[in-house]
Amino acid sequence: MRVRVEKRSTLSRWMTISAPILSLALALLVIALVFWGYGISPLLAYKRIFMGAFGSPYGLSETMVKATPLMICGVGLALAFKALVWNIGAEGQLLMGAVAATWVALYLLPDAPAAVLLPCMFMAGFLGGAIWGLIPGILKAKLRANEVITSLMMVYIASELVNYLVYGPWKGPGEWGFPYTTKFPPSAQLPRLLGTRIHYPTLILALLLAVLVYVLVMRTKLGYEIRVTGENPEAARYAGMSYFKTVVLVMLISGGLAGLAGVGEVAGIHHRLRYPQGISPGYGFTAIIVAWLGRLNPLAVILTSLLFGGLLVGGDAIQVALGLPVATINLFNGVILFFVLGGELLTRYKIALERRRED
Amino acid sequence: MAERQGWGEVVVSMRGIVKRFPGVLANDHVDLEVRAGEIHALLGENGAGKTTLMNILYGIYQLDEGEIYVKGKRVTIRSPRDAIELGIGMVHQHFMLVYPHTVAENIVLGLSSADFLFPLRRVKGKITDFSERYGLKVSPEAKIWQLSAGEQQRVEIIKALYRGADLLILDEPTSMLAPGEVEDLFTTLRRMAEGGRAIVFITHKLDEVMAISDRVTVLRQGKAVATVEKSRTNKQDLTRMMVGREVLFLLPRKPVEKGVIVLEVEALHALNDKGLPALKDLSFTVHGGEILGIAGVAGNGQRELVEVITGLRQATKGKVILLGKDITNSSPREIIGRGVAHIPEERIRTGLVPNMSVAENLILKAYRSSPCSQRLFLNYAFIGQHAERLISDYEIVTPSKDAPAKLLSGGNIQKLILARETSEEPVLIVAAHPTYGLDVGATGRIRHLLLEQSARGAAILLVSEDLEEIMTMSDRIAVMFEGRIAGIVDTAKAGVEEIGAMMVGARKEQERGY
Amino acid sequence: MILGQPAHQFIMAVLWAAIRAGTPLLFGTLGEIYAERSGVLNLGVEGMMIMGAVTGFGVTLATGNIWLGVALAALAGGLLALVHALLSVTLRANQVVSGLALTMFGLGMSGLLGKRYVGTPLPCRLRAAPIPMLEDIPFLGPILFQHDPLVYLSLFLVPLLWFVLSKTKAGISIRSVGEAPATADALGVNVFLVRYLCVFLGGLLAGLGGAYLSVVYAPAWIEGMTAGAGWIVIALTIFAMWSPTRALLGACLFGGVKVLQYRLQPPPPEGLGISPNLLAMLPFIFTIIVLLAGTGEVIRKRIGAPSALGIPYAREEK
Repeated sequence: MRVRVEKRSTLSRWMTISAPILSLALALLVIALVFWGYGISPLLAYKRIFMGAFGSPYGLSETMVKATPLMICGVGLALAFKALVWNIGAEGQLLMGAVAATWVALYLLPDAPAAVLLPCMFMAGFLGGAIWGLIPGILKAKLRANEVITSLMMVYIASELVNYLVYGPWKGPGEWGFPYTTKFPPSAQLPRLLGTRIHYPTLILALLLAVLVYVLVMRTKLGYEIRVTGENPEAARYAGMSYFKTVVLVMLISGGLAGLAGVGEVAGIHHRLRYPQGISPGYGFTAIIVAWLGRLNPLAVILTSLLFGGLLVGGDAIQVALGLPVATINLFNGVILFFVLGGELLTRYKIALERRRED
Repeated sequence: MAERQGWGEVVVSMRGIVKRFPGVLANDHVDLEVRAGEIHALLGENGAGKTTLMNILYGIYQLDEGEIYVKGKRVTIRSPRDAIELGIGMVHQHFMLVYPHTVAENIVLGLSSADFLFPLRRVKGKITDFSERYGLKVSPEAKIWQLSAGEQQRVEIIKALYRGADLLILDEPTSMLAPGEVEDLFTTLRRMAEGGRAIVFITHKLDEVMAISDRVTVLRQGKAVATVEKSRTNKQDLTRMMVGREVLFLLPRKPVEKGVIVLEVEALHALNDKGLPALKDLSFTVHGGEILGIAGVAGNGQRELVEVITGLRQATKGKVILLGKDITNSSPREIIGRGVAHIPEERIRTGLVPNMSVAENLILKAYRSSPCSQRLFLNYAFIGQHAERLISDYEIVTPSKDAPAKLLSGGNIQKLILARETSEEPVLIVAAHPTYGLDVGATGRIRHLLLEQSARGAAILLVSEDLEEIMTMSDRIAVMFEGRIAGIVDTAKAGVEEIGAMMVGARKEQERGY
Repeated sequence: MILGQPAHQFIMAVLWAAIRAGTPLLFGTLGEIYAERSGVLNLGVEGMMIMGAVTGFGVTLATGNIWLGVALAALAGGLLALVHALLSVTLRANQVVSGLALTMFGLGMSGLLGKRYVGTPLPCRLRAAPIPMLEDIPFLGPILFQHDPLVYLSLFLVPLLWFVLSKTKAGISIRSVGEAPATADALGVNVFLVRYLCVFLGGLLAGLGGAYLSVVYAPAWIEGMTAGAGWIVIALTIFAMWSPTRALLGACLFGGVKVLQYRLQPPPPEGLGISPNLLAMLPFIFTIIVLLAGTGEVIRKRIGAPSALGIPYAREEK
């Protein structure tokens, strides 16, 4: 018996939908094994995760809280990946959005009323993230520099910048030695849904953006250019499309969107700027999987971001209860992405078993 | 020319070969028998299954049904390694060489008998030996990308000989060669056959079959139609076997009323991808309603010329003028906007977005302006209608307008591209190898479409390696050699020998006025 | 005088430290060069390095044997690399996403496995092994010949791997597979095997580099201690133009930046008193610069990446 991998002649519709679900299931199986190896009952762990995320009103609200930045970042990344621009730096763009918003709230317009301040913070956050994304974008478009490396290096740089600010010039005077700024004035704090931490303006924005970006990709000229550039860059050039323009715009938008997520976190949840991991426990990276699992469709990203929001909440729950390190979420992400990738391949290829010829 | 002595025993016998690919039966119970000392032509149109059959013999593809016998013994060939061990060598149409490496490194690759340490030392002497014996001159130290097509082919042949090939398969070996180089190749092949080797020569060119082969096997649509001795057949019979019907050979085209000058190229210079000069002081004009054919062996600057005119490559000096306006180094977008259509050499890689629908491919050039789009948004209702109209006008065979373009056959992809490029009534059409790899039916349709455009008044620049195509379609022919134009002739007055000579460097003599 | 020391002493000390600091990067880069030369883009280096780090630390702690720890660390990196090879070579997945998945997995798994090691010291140390005669060479002696055995190993691998790549039959096969896999395949070279082996080697060396960090350089286990070294390796591979000898230059340059980062931190007169956070940005900014320099040179000299890099190979495609 020999195993061969061969291309499918037609895309199986059934497979396209069931493959992500199957991959997820397999991933959960492997993670269950890891739990078991660590001495934890997988069933207990999963039950705790599920209950933690969806079993109570608090859990559900926290899921929404975590889904919000994932959604905004995920939508932006879906756009970038569609053009084959590998923006791995969403985490850094998110942080820079947070920095920009903090600057506006504490230093530029601290006395402005909320109606002025909040929109300004969002605009500044978009700009901050956009500029941070623009740099790798221009380096790629003009100098052909690998955007995976450049955008990722910018994450580390952004992270250190935030550290520098919160330990240094922006350290809150009243907070001794703790790495955060002073609390934002009330006018810089986003309203929350009754009793929860859901900063609903950002959530509404996220849903709106998902729809907007979907329309952008499927129905506009720019979207057409993005899709052609991603599918066949040579044909795009032949058709007169400007590679530079496409890459730069796409990085601008996805960076800006990540920046908006950052604003949401500081204005909606923390009400101050803190050390980087306190603002984002890797939202920018998890968003990569959110986008990929949603097959780069902004509307599907709404669903996948809710799913991962739940996973993060559940993960927090068991982390505390079972004493697992913070990096465990990385493990989940890695395994899931791994299986999603494998599953996707099954839709395009099939494994054929053939009997070896007798001779 | 003395007749070669009778051929020896059967070297390879293929029986009942069946090979299926998704959606197509490439080989349908084919039988083939090759003897030592013979040159056996495998003739058929594009898509008839010749290359597939030989790829099976060489182990690149696996047969689905059938048997192969080498020197009387039944064998299984699972990979090229097996084939090589059995004494079968293959020179592919698109050379399988590692371009940045040297000749010696290419020959040593995968050679089990080579030394592990410093493998090149011993190999170099043997290469020189082969060179002299068969007239295959190459320098072992040269890098492949520096060599001409003819020299690269010699490397391929030496590669096969080095591995002890008793049977040598050559796939469309003359497609990259100038007429003079073809003669050299034939001499080499005859010498090898006289030495006892068997040669299989895949081709779709009847002239070559009649010139070089001893026996011919004709394939049509996957089936082996007949095997005949060359001395007992002629071009007419072979054509009938190849195509299944009588085909009128295309008559040269009637001269056309020439319109204004549409395209003017003045002293054009450009560099290739390696930074070396590709175009040197090129000048010519094309009138409305005229077809100017660009003849020449591949690699003499034709590709760069097409790219400069369509804005995909920078010109370093000189001008490109379209209807009086200087468009030198304008962006592709501007050039498209001025009415220049481009039928690209690499259909799928450059001219198509395979995963997108036929309809979306059809608007690849027109999407920016109304009625395909309004300000920011695309008008999908119109795009759909537009697609339906073009599909019916140009007879594009597709499951639907929304089907992914990659499902279309080669001929229909080309029709899609032609539909897209010509439906907006361009003033200039740059067509690069428009019928390459298409079967006779599709080739005829594409040529017909181009002739229609010319009748409408468009200027056409036709680049092709198929000299027959150039001679039947063009009003004038410009021959390119090493980045320059060796000469421009009127088709009606030119002969193949003159053109062939220019293709290898002779310059056109001044007309003596007759 | 520089920063409170005589100039030549300062320079020698920095160069010595640069070689040492660059060693994990050198291991990683040498491995990645082989993987990429065979046509596979391995973005999972970070994951492989950190798994090497945690494995090396754990095994050394448990057995007291540094060499065993280092060997098993290399193996851990290699195993992870085999997974990447499975995805990229056999299943022809998108190599960017596959590498990312492995990095995330490696970071997570190592965090999980290493939790109990945080704060635990190692019972044994790898001592420096100065080479008797060579260390007395003026200037170069103390810089090159007063290191521990693993540094010597990394330095030795440079000419060895260069030799294999340029002067042996295997090297021709590897390079051909990366430039023109179809051609190599047609001549009987087993493309899949060559790629698997090169990716595996890449993993082994990455694991080795990670182990050096945790077992010798620090020595300690800290979650996420590679801090982007794997990504820096990828930039260095381009800077090295896929040549093992140039990788040495890149690793040392990089090591130098890291060393300066610590040297400049203390307040004057020993340092410059710059904020540690700003200094911490240096390696990453430097990586971008290195990447741009490498990419630019590649374009100018027209010596490119292996032509088939990142493109999965399939024999029967219709």
